[in-house]
Amino acid sequence: MLNKINSDVVIIGAGGAGLRAAIEIARSQPDLSIALLSKVYPMRSHTVAAEGGAAGVAKDEDSFDNHFNDTVAGGDWLCDQDAVEYFIHQAPKELTQMEHWGCPWSRTKEGKVAVRPFGGMKVERTWYAADKTGFHMLHTLFQTSLKYPGIKRYDEYYSIDLISENGQCYGVTALDMRTGQIKFFRAKSVIIATGGAGRVFPFTTNGAIKTGDGMAMAYRAGVPLKDMEFVQYHPTGLPGTGILITEGSRGEGGLLVNKNNYRYLQDYNLGPPDPWPRKKAMELGPRDRLSQAFWQEQQKGNTIQTPFGDAVHLDLRHLGEEKINERLPMVRELAINYMGVDPVHEPIPVRPVVHYTMGGIDTDIEAATRLKGLYAAGECACVSINGANRLGSNSLTELLVFGSKAGANAAEFASKTSEQVDEALLENMAKQSADKVAQLFHHQGKETIPGLRNEMNTIMEAGAGIYRTESSLKDAVNQLTQLKSRFADIELTDKSNVYNTDLIQALELGSMIDVARAMAVSALNRQESRGSHQRLDYVERDDKNFLRHTLATFAGDDNPTIDYRDVVITKSQPAERVYGGESK
Amino acid sequence: MKLTNGNYVRPPARYSWWLRQGRYFRYMMRELSSLFVGIFSIIMICGLYQLSQGEAQFTAFTSSLWNNFWWLSVITFLFVTYHSYSWFIVTPKAMPLRFSGKKVAPWIIIGAHMILWLICSIFIWFIFTNGGAQ
Amino acid sequence: MSDVKTSQKSVRQVEIEILRYNPDTDEKPYFQTYQVPCQEEWVILDAVNYIKDNLDRSLSYRWSCHMAVCGSCGMMVNGEPTLSCHAFVRDMPDKITIEPLENFPIARDLIVDMDGFVEKLSSVKPYINAAEEKTVEQGTYQQLPEQLQLYKQYTQCINCMLCYSACPQMALNDGFVGPAALALAHRYNLDSRDKGREVREDVVASNAGIWECSFVGACSEVCPKHVDPAAAIQQTKIAATGDYFKKFLMPWKNAQKGQAPEGGDQ
Ligand SMILES: Cc1cc2nc3c(=O)[nH]c(=O)nc-3n(C[C@H](O)[C@H](O)[C@H](O)COP(=O)(O)OP(=O)(O)OC[C@H]3O[C@@H](n4cnc5c(N)ncnc54)[C@H](O)[C@@H]3O)c2cc1C
Ligand code: SF4
Repeated sequence: MLNKINSDVVIIGAGGAGLRAAIEIARSQPDLSIALLSKVYPMRSHTVAAEGGAAGVAKDEDSFDNHFNDTVAGGDWLCDQDAVEYFIHQAPKELTQMEHWGCPWSRTKEGKVAVRPFGGMKVERTWYAADKTGFHMLHTLFQTSLKYPGIKRYDEYYSIDLISENGQCYGVTALDMRTGQIKFFRAKSVIIATGGAGRVFPFTTNGAIKTGDGMAMAYRAGVPLKDMEFVQYHPTGLPGTGILITEGSRGEGGLLVNKNNYRYLQDYNLGPPDPWPRKKAMELGPRDRLSQAFWQEQQKGNTIQTPFGDAVHLDLRHLGEEKINERLPMVRELAINYMGVDPVHEPIPVRPVVHYTMGGIDTDIEAATRLKGLYAAGECACVSINGANRLGSNSLTELLVFGSKAGANAAEFASKTSEQVDEALLENMAKQSADKVAQLFHHQGKETIPGLRNEMNTIMEAGAGIYRTESSLKDAVNQLTQLKSRFADIELTDKSNVYNTDLIQALELGSMIDVARAMAVSALNRQESRGSHQRLDYVERDDKNFLRHTLATFAGDDNPTIDYRDVVITKSQPAERVYGGESK
Repeated sequence: MKLTNGNYVRPPARYSWWLRQGRYFRYMMRELSSLFVGIFSIIMICGLYQLSQGEAQFTAFTSSLWNNFWWLSVITFLFVTYHSYSWFIVTPKAMPLRFSGKKVAPWIIIGAHMILWLICSIFIWFIFTNGGAQ
Repeated sequence: MSDVKTSQKSVRQVEIEILRYNPDTDEKPYFQTYQVPCQEEWVILDAVNYIKDNLDRSLSYRWSCHMAVCGSCGMMVNGEPTLSCHAFVRDMPDKITIEPLENFPIARDLIVDMDGFVEKLSSVKPYINAAEEKTVEQGTYQQLPEQLQLYKQYTQCINCMLCYSACPQMALNDGFVGPAALALAHRYNLDSRDKGREVREDVVASNAGIWECSFVGACSEVCPKHVDPAAAIQQTKIAATGDYFKKFLMPWKNAQKGQAPEGGDQ
């Protein structure tokens, strides 16, 4: 018999989205019991790494319409506009709520919350806490969550499978990492908040824990993954380590130049370079355009060679030491430590780096999935407000807006549901999930985890990088199919129960392979270029055929089946994305 | 020691820990210096008592102290100096100052203390040496 | 972060000795040695990852962000509490010794049991206890940049626990609330949105709190984020002493609670 733990709501993931959901439930329905599972202690969640800030209308000269339009155009019209509408209206409220909980937002001289411009933004609306916004938000949420006795944390529990029956989700199995025991977390409703999947790529700003587990869990349970072909490259990562240099550094006035010290972005419809600084132009263009411009410069031989590959220069020197120290202390620290470059005196070499998964678990505007009782929020989910290209600083806000929505709805569902279900059946399913892990544990084979992981990384970079083609994607899909069957032949070296990180990495690799396949197959089928998905063989956006969300449904060992769903359009008809000189 | 939950607790180095690292050693020296501050205070009190008995008594006391216990005086002096120094360098921690919203740099606070200390010492030295000459 | 790829950079053979312990099989920890071809730009964590991927799959340790902000990868490196993603191989000798953080029970290899630490953090009630209630509709609180500066340094703690490892007082009494938790309490006490010390005083000003600290200052020396917990503790001591005398000398004031005396908390 598996150890069974009953709660009203189970939340998987204690990053920004998971913690926000937990707090929402605990404060609105204090009598509900909440189990908050996380494979790392909450403050280790990758929200901690976010630097630049969180978007929400704050200034008098800004408007909800502006935020709406920037988001929808930034997403190349693949956003669901009803969801965006809800999001932008909730944004300032949620950010204000964070302020009440103690988030140390940077301030203006008058003591109001300060905002900075981010890429693709008409009026500055990014709330920031120096350049450690995610860190401060995560710690504020974690510390606030300690106030609520209803939240029972299960730290260092790795969740494995959703337990669902007849279209409803009843809980999840999870491995207690410190004992090796698998337990069945039975709940009336479940929220997935497990973050992104950047680790399927070799060069990423994402921490080791961002392996797409939650996406894979929902996917295997029958919930489609939506728009997985859209993977955001951030234009400014440090070569070698992939450490992020925040867009905030360009928001504060940083310049991008090529090896001839030329602001090359003006050659890619983002100019003219002056006057400067100017919103939605040059360095403050959207991320997809900037990363693509880098690739073009590389083709032209205009990039700078470093021991860690080609790069361009991000120049902050003109900002001066005082401003850099005040607004961008972490950027300075990171550049000095990991690149040996002090941005006060030298430009920082940077290159595009995999950053964010726009796609994810298919949810509606209520954060609900098609499994009853199952909700998802944060980077693992796709609502979708990010469309084909997320606007910088919308994600941190999304964690709050949809984290709290998922919490409220899951709580509501838990207090109303009266579905009768055969408990023995569920327990049996949980047992099967545990047996599967035991099999993996004892299996003898010839494949190693680091070996397969490196291969997967290479396949994804070569086949599904910044620019893609039919043949590169077909290769990737085929190789991933083989990889999946080879994965069945892995052997664990570590056979112990306590903190078996060999086993955890194996489970994570399993998740990543499933997610990678969904990405590659979705990308292969989208025969157009839109936002972050750029095809060299279909260079135009094709609204006639592809103004639709991709839905990839799990099909066991076979490639996923692909369906489409129309984008929700309320008030903004697809148009050309204009940045630089002509943008208004 | 292995605990019942499997965790292992390393035995702490109860007596020798302070020898392992410079920073622990410096701390222990600071603690030890308190002893000498105590000794110094006792000597001071005795000295004051002698002074109240008249100048001759006091001079006899100080010269006998120097003749017989000069080494104690030297050691005490060194430790008391170290004691004062070790406290002055941590003052910015206990008393961070702000000047029109900005944090005053720690070295300024330390420096100000040191200078004040030096001035006071010179002043007292001056009184003692010159006062004695009159 | 991407694992650092082999490049044309120079490689140095380094002997890395790691304290291993697996409760399933071992009575007590022992050292195991690995020969690692280290690239000069590597951090210690890269070398440990190399061991895990290429030499020994059974090695267990925590890590995630590789950019010194998640606080997972603290270890004793050559006897010094260190964030392993923040310490460069180029600054190390040809032989490196790595042990789990001191003053914590070892759960396995380099993984320590940190439940006690998290409990201590929560014991100081590290959340806003609003000085003035406001609804979201009423907007944000006013907080001047100088008011923010007052506590900002103490918000920088990444919970890496290096300070607990460095603190000799911790070694002698594991009930000590400890540097990071006390600095966190101080952070909220100083926040203009918070009512101040009163609600945290029972834990903070107890014998297991600030008074257990003998001001060694080691915590501040090892802190990778310059939080300076030692300073937070000394300032709290001064403030608590002030409170004590105030209560003693002005008993009638006890009735009006909660108001942090102006500047008294600095
Ligand atoms: C370097 C960097 C900088 C960024 N900067 C910005 C920015 O300035 N502005 C912005 O808006 N966005 C930014 N982003 C994006 C944003 O930070 C992320 O999208 C967001 O933090 C994701 O939060 P989350 O709560 O969804 O997931 P995470 O914070 O990643 O948390 C995931 C949680 O799920 C848990 N989990 C995962 N798998 C399992 C499992 N199998 N079992 C149990 N638990 C599990 C983890 O333990 C963790 O607690 C940045 C991202 C990066 C990488
Ligand atoms: S105070 Fe410093 S050393 Fe201590 S846990 Fe926080 S960041 Fe780490």
